[in-house]
Amino acid sequence: MAMLDATVGHMPGMVETAPAPGPLLSVRDVGKRYGARIGCADVSFDLWPGEVLGIVGESGSGKSTLLGCLSGQLVPDTGEVVFDSRDRGPVDTLRMSERERRHLGRTDWAFVHQNPRDGLRLGVSAGGNVGERLMANGARHYGNIRATAQDWLARVEIDPGRIDDRPRQFSGGMQQRLQIARNLVSGPRLAFMDEPTGGLDVSVQARLLDLLRGLVRDICLSVVLVTHDLAVVRLLADRLMVMKGGHVIESGLTDQVLDDPQHAYTQLLVSSVLQV
Amino acid sequence: MIIAENVAKEFTLHNQGGTVLRVMEGASLKVAPGECVALTGASGAGKSTLMRMIWGNYRTDAGHIRVAGTEVSSAEPRQIIALRRTTLGYVSQFLRVLPRVPTLRVVAEPLLALGTPEAEAEARAAELLSRLRIGESLWGLSPTTFSGGEQQRVNIARGFVHPYPALLLDEPTASLDAANRETVMCLIEEAKARGGAILGIFHDEGARARLCDRLVDVTGFRPGVAA
Repeated sequence: MAMLDATVGHMPGMVETAPAPGPLLSVRDVGKRYGARIGCADVSFDLWPGEVLGIVGESGSGKSTLLGCLSGQLVPDTGEVVFDSRDRGPVDTLRMSERERRHLGRTDWAFVHQNPRDGLRLGVSAGGNVGERLMANGARHYGNIRATAQDWLARVEIDPGRIDDRPRQFSGGMQQRLQIARNLVSGPRLAFMDEPTGGLDVSVQARLLDLLRGLVRDICLSVVLVTHDLAVVRLLADRLMVMKGGHVIESGLTDQVLDDPQHAYTQLLVSSVLQV
Repeated sequence: MIIAENVAKEFTLHNQGGTVLRVMEGASLKVAPGECVALTGASGAGKSTLMRMIWGNYRTDAGHIRVAGTEVSSAEPRQIIALRRTTLGYVSQFLRVLPRVPTLRVVAEPLLALGTPEAEAEARAAELLSRLRIGESLWGLSPTTFSGGEQQRVNIARGFVHPYPALLLDEPTASLDAANRETVMCLIEEAKARGGAILGIFHDEGARARLCDRLVDVTGFRPGVAA
């Protein structure tokens, strides 16, 4: 970890992080019901700095509910979610004020939506989208903000010459990369991603995965990644949780869960993947 | 460096009537630093299964597996991730990479993950690719479009780019021409000379005779077969 952290220093726009001694995110017994129906139940795990955790399961398995509970978008009925924040150390994110959570949401946390339109401001230029978090965090120098935005557009492989174009003029893959730049510009330590490669062509997906992998390594980002695509988790996730009916039925090292699945449902899931 | 003690493995096929296949029992072996040990036995005897249990992508149902002090058979995922990053390398028979990532980067990646500066990592990758006769014109292309033999050599380059103290090799000389086979055997000899502990599956008898200090026949680890 120390070696990964050492690379953070020379990234423009990044805030240097000290190597964390404990987990970045500790989740205990998180559960949420929708009336009589279980959204998710009894979910516990630790996420360590620089780790990518994949959550897989079919539609209705509770993975999106869980992601919502972890990221403060939904309020779980039970459990706690403790995040090791940069400025205040471990904090229970479920019991903090809305203002504190919003602050976390534009500093230490990032959220990448499946549909880039949910995570971008479509009426604002690409540069404005990327610069917004910087301004929200107190940056005022126009030249610096623009330079950082340009740098981030280049890092997500968008021609910096298009900084003044609006996201509407971008392709789906470009919009998704812009959403990632907008989220990562403030140097977050934890990103929640909901099917980030969902609606994209396969060739565009590969490019995005490569990009995400490089970013995870370069800025020691931890990721909670929800997807139904086992190929995506195989390439991106260190660890995997399999959900069914709101419960985590199996978890472990990604290649162990995929190559030697123990639970009947995981075996079915893995054996149902079409080979190309 | 690599220790397996009394290891057992079974597969439960829940979707095929709950069939339980007990495939291994009482498997034990040791590989010391600087030693190369071959797993032998007929196809299906369990060589790859044992190797995957050591790599950690197969679970160990009983017994212990330790690599450089890490108890692989009971470790947390992050301990295995750390072990694979720094200590344990694996050259499988299949190259599994992201499409579109250039070959040079694929090979340099284990070093980048260790925090090696990019220029240094790529220089080391270039050196290995040259030794394994992958032409420089191919370095900028994704290996997914390469021939089987070329992919095999990219995989080997990736496995030797970092001097892993422990290394698992699954048929490293298969589908290689004579010159490249010789290069791979030299790489393995160099790894032994620097103290690497190597466990391999070699169907290539010449390579096995030249490289391996001992053979371990996994047939003795089949349940119900006397060793």
